[in-house]
Amino acid sequence: MNSTSPRRTVPMTVLGVVILAFMLFPVYWMVNVSLQGGGMAASSDIFPFNPDFSGYEKALSQQTGNLLTSILVSLGTVVLTLAIAAPAAYALAQFRLPGKGVFQFALLIAQMIPGIVIANSLYTMFNELGLLNSIPGLILADATHAIPFAILIMQAFMISLPPSLVEAARVDGAGHFRAFWSIVLPVSRNSLITAALFSFLFAWSDFIFALTLTSSDVVKPITLGIYDYLEGNVQSWAPVLATAVISSLPAIVLLVVAQKYIAAGALGGAVKS
Amino acid sequence: MSTVLEARTGSPVRASRPRPRGGVRRETFAQWLFLAPAIVYVVVFFGYPVVKNLVMSFQEYTTKTFFTGEAPWVGLANYVEVVQSTFFGITVGNTLMFTLGSIVGQFVIGLLFALFFRKRFPLSGMLRSLLLLPWLLPVIASTSVWKWILDQDGGVLNQALGLVGIGPVPWLTSPDVALIAVVLVNVWLGIPFNVALLYGGLQNIPDELYEAGALDGATGWKAFWHITWPSLRPVVTVTLVLGVIYTLKVLDIILGLTGGGPANSTQTLATDSYFRSFREFDFGAGAAVSNILILFSLVFAVIYLRVNRKQVDE
Repeated sequence: MNSTSPRRTVPMTVLGVVILAFMLFPVYWMVNVSLQGGGMAASSDIFPFNPDFSGYEKALSQQTGNLLTSILVSLGTVVLTLAIAAPAAYALAQFRLPGKGVFQFALLIAQMIPGIVIANSLYTMFNELGLLNSIPGLILADATHAIPFAILIMQAFMISLPPSLVEAARVDGAGHFRAFWSIVLPVSRNSLITAALFSFLFAWSDFIFALTLTSSDVVKPITLGIYDYLEGNVQSWAPVLATAVISSLPAIVLLVVAQKYIAAGALGGAVKS
Repeated sequence: MSTVLEARTGSPVRASRPRPRGGVRRETFAQWLFLAPAIVYVVVFFGYPVVKNLVMSFQEYTTKTFFTGEAPWVGLANYVEVVQSTFFGITVGNTLMFTLGSIVGQFVIGLLFALFFRKRFPLSGMLRSLLLLPWLLPVIASTSVWKWILDQDGGVLNQALGLVGIGPVPWLTSPDVALIAVVLVNVWLGIPFNVALLYGGLQNIPDELYEAGALDGATGWKAFWHITWPSLRPVVTVTLVLGVIYTLKVLDIILGLTGGGPANSTQTLATDSYFRSFREFDFGAGAAVSNILILFSLVFAVIYLRVNRKQVDE
């Protein structure tokens, strides 16, 4: 089954590349068309023979504010998610609390609740609290994408920490919080990074809360910037797809730079689409 | 602070040894503090919305409510309105077809890819992790390029089909094919998720099983039916059920590609709920539709939890 003779494996690699090329064609097409900015072509060339960056110029002139909003919202979501999820994951992994199972069950169910249900209710709640069209509002809402996932990912790691590790510190007189801060968090660094990266990507990709909880041009995430293009009659695809490429950069960069953490998250992907 | 501690009458925790200062109650309190923010968050941002959504579905909840603060009770009127509307049958049918088509496509292709990448060959690890890319991109970004790929006149798909003599297909503008187009894009988006889960499941099947099977003459297809498939069954169930739950709530792909059209041919329960709440500002009816959607999810959630529990028990 695991034959390693080159005669068998080279065709496999070729087939693998073909599969990948097929799957990533839309990504290629996104980049390709984004570089064909000149004029209003009725169709796109197979390759950007004369790369033209006017699509990017236009995208940046229209979307810079939205990009900034997305960056702030995503970073805020990461901070909020880690602040809530890391202590919770530790408690679930290491403490014997009555009713713990009920909470874990609730987390599992929470991930299945359709976003539109949450959006329906948050709209009326945020309307009363003045959180519509605000960055804090989006951060609070986007964390629903991230918190259950982050808790489950970090809990899976922290469950393997030897209790003796924390006990040693506590015998030395450190309180629960100091032990957590100075021992548990540092040794759990990798799972924290995985949780943070995915929280960032979830918030960055958020569409439903951007769509329902913002209606102004002042606070508008990049995903909604793209949707606005699609809603109208697209005259020129280069700026649209240039915006799509820019909005895809975090995912692409993280997949290349932080592959180890993404792979760890993908395995935990059993609990999140 | 101390009054809070005294007020607590929680049962003592088995794990904690009595500590020199403080005692069991203080210890339990400190432990709960770690979990408290998460509990509050889950209650406010998951629990409350579900309950509020249920309540709203029995109210006349419109823009007027935001000014007057009044949301009169209307009993089941929202549900009646929704179910009796002329296109409710179409919406439910679309939801089922969209889900079924997406799941079958994602799963079959995902399983084939997972089986393929299980074999070791040069670059297999790198190719497999690059395959995750469509899963990580913002869905609306992928949707935008698909909208151009599927364009009837300028789209590259019709250009390619034209080379083999298939006339331009109005992918997104004809009620006959729009649902197929939307399913196609959702299949593409779902494949990486399926590959990741199924590949993980395949990795957990011990090699010895295949070695023993090979001695009994079980290779190729036989090995798949008698060894791979039975061993993979629990993972398959989890993959399918999660796939269904996530597909039922898809909004961005459909809104971006077709906006539910043409002629409601791609309208699903999720998009219908969105349009009623956020375009018509009839939050009561929108809530009713999304509760029907939850009902569908719930059926599959129960299946999922049962399988999950069985796996834990084993």
